[in-house]
Amino acid sequence: MAGTTTTVVHERHTVNPLDRPWGHWLQTAFLIFIGLLTLMPLLWVISTSFRTLRDSFTVPPVWIHFDFDFSNYQSVFDTIPFLHMLKNSFYYAGGAVIGGAVTSALAGYAFARLQFRGRGVLFWVVLSTMMVPGQMTIIPVYILMGVKYLNLVNTIWSLIVPSVFTAFGIFLLRQYFRQIPGDYEESALIDGANQWQIFRRIYLPLAAPGIAILSILTFNSRWNDYFTPLVFINSQHAMPITMGLVELQGEWSTGSIAVVFAGIVLSVIPVIVVYIFGQRYLLEGLMMGGIKG
Amino acid sequence: MASETLATRERRGSLLGWFRADTFEGVRRQRAILGYLFLLPAFIGLVAFVVGPMFVSFGLSFYRWNIFKPPDPIGIANFQRLLTDSRLPGIYANTLFLVVGTVFITQVLALTLALGVTKLRSRKLAYFLRTSWFLPVLMSGAAVGVTLSYLFQREFGPINYYLGVIGIDRVPWMTSASTVMWTIIITAVWKNLGFIFVIYLGAVTNIPQEILDAADVDGAHGWRRLWTVTLPLISPIMLFATVINVIGAMQIFDEPQIMTRGGPGDGSRTAVMYMYEVAFKEQEFGYGSAIAVTLFIAILIVTGIQFLLSKRWVFYG
Repeated sequence: MAGTTTTVVHERHTVNPLDRPWGHWLQTAFLIFIGLLTLMPLLWVISTSFRTLRDSFTVPPVWIHFDFDFSNYQSVFDTIPFLHMLKNSFYYAGGAVIGGAVTSALAGYAFARLQFRGRGVLFWVVLSTMMVPGQMTIIPVYILMGVKYLNLVNTIWSLIVPSVFTAFGIFLLRQYFRQIPGDYEESALIDGANQWQIFRRIYLPLAAPGIAILSILTFNSRWNDYFTPLVFINSQHAMPITMGLVELQGEWSTGSIAVVFAGIVLSVIPVIVVYIFGQRYLLEGLMMGGIKG
Repeated sequence: MASETLATRERRGSLLGWFRADTFEGVRRQRAILGYLFLLPAFIGLVAFVVGPMFVSFGLSFYRWNIFKPPDPIGIANFQRLLTDSRLPGIYANTLFLVVGTVFITQVLALTLALGVTKLRSRKLAYFLRTSWFLPVLMSGAAVGVTLSYLFQREFGPINYYLGVIGIDRVPWMTSASTVMWTIIITAVWKNLGFIFVIYLGAVTNIPQEILDAADVDGAHGWRRLWTVTLPLISPIMLFATVINVIGAMQIFDEPQIMTRGGPGDGSRTAVMYMYEVAFKEQEFGYGSAIAVTLFIAILIVTGIQFLLSKRWVFYG
């Protein structure tokens, strides 16, 4: 068996033109070219953010040159209430992560492992809400948040509360709970565990990777959200960082480019940190949508 | 039930006995009650913030309402206004152009990158490239919009500088109605390429090597193997990637809002941006809802068509 595979691989390399050296080099060059196209703007942002005001917008553009001048970073904090905005973004993303994990884990477990009347219909209802785009609901939710009802406009709660409830989270965690064998439950019952303990002590820990995926995806999407805050928030002190960046740029791009880029670098750091630590979960989560969808 | 003792049978009479964990029936009832309890928070939330608002949006589209006056039922007047609104054809044309352009370029490029990167012999280079392509996905649409608005800047922007080096005149990327949608498409591709790429990477790495080897033995190499073996094998994921790409592109808002604010004129205004303007700038909730309803129906129809067409080209092994 091993012998045949080796000959096959060998044959493939001699016949397929794309595997010949020149074809391979051409392909590799193309891949690197696209890599540079995505990377260059980011390098430009980072290096410009460290440059003195005078050198910041140069022709020809300088891509990689660091002055290590931190005054732009200082200016970010002087121009807008940046710390406030960072805190708002953390509350928004953190609240959505915690609320989303709790409600989705409970509902996902119910759909995956508990039998009750109407389960199929209810699950179908939840799934169908995945098709509803955010723009379709934002006007009524805005009215609901307004003075007449909840009176939460211009507070971080108007962002957190609606983002907690997602059909996607319920669906994702249901898939995770379904993968766990049912045998654990029987042995736990024999050992005298009650239904809550079976959920909390056995199934919930086993679904931790799913919760990690959901948390990372939620954190990224809420941290980067611009549309909802634009509708619900208009005072600077309640703004998340995405709105802060636009404030920094100014209505007619009057802000200093180096300061704006310093703000962008600062705003991206938390997402990069989450990516570094949760890379496996994030990529798995994105791919899983493809493989299981 | 044969194993039931007399004692459990007696306990059944009381309310607590009904849920006793030492009978099958009791456990079953416990689990059913727990099921409803566990669903309750998510369900209340979804009804309050998704299902309810969706129906309210439909309802509102039959009213004239701004925040200062009480709602006034006007029947289908909002929808008649949609048909006569002279700004809408251009705005919908922009949205359509944006969707077709973004999805086509993103899909072809992402698939090419996924097929290419799995063939690389250097693991380090593959990792480096994957990370480079993925970085824009981590950024907010706001950060991307701000960054690229400097990059595309007409007088001093780096892009026009390099075009000048190879002898091309300054392109008015964001200030001319004929080019501005291309600028938005390039921006959307730059932002979302890594996301679609990751989905394809998962699909391509999941193809069993034996199948590809078998195709080689049968004489299918290169392009032929790509068309007859690789693409059919990943076609279900191509459908998924296209569907979410289309839905995402129909809702693009952040980048054009920040880069051009819809301009010049309505040159880069998308349907979502128009809805935002009508509902939250002009405070016309009724007409805004009518626009949202058309957008929702458009998404449903386009997604439905994609699934219908998929029967012709998606291959489920």
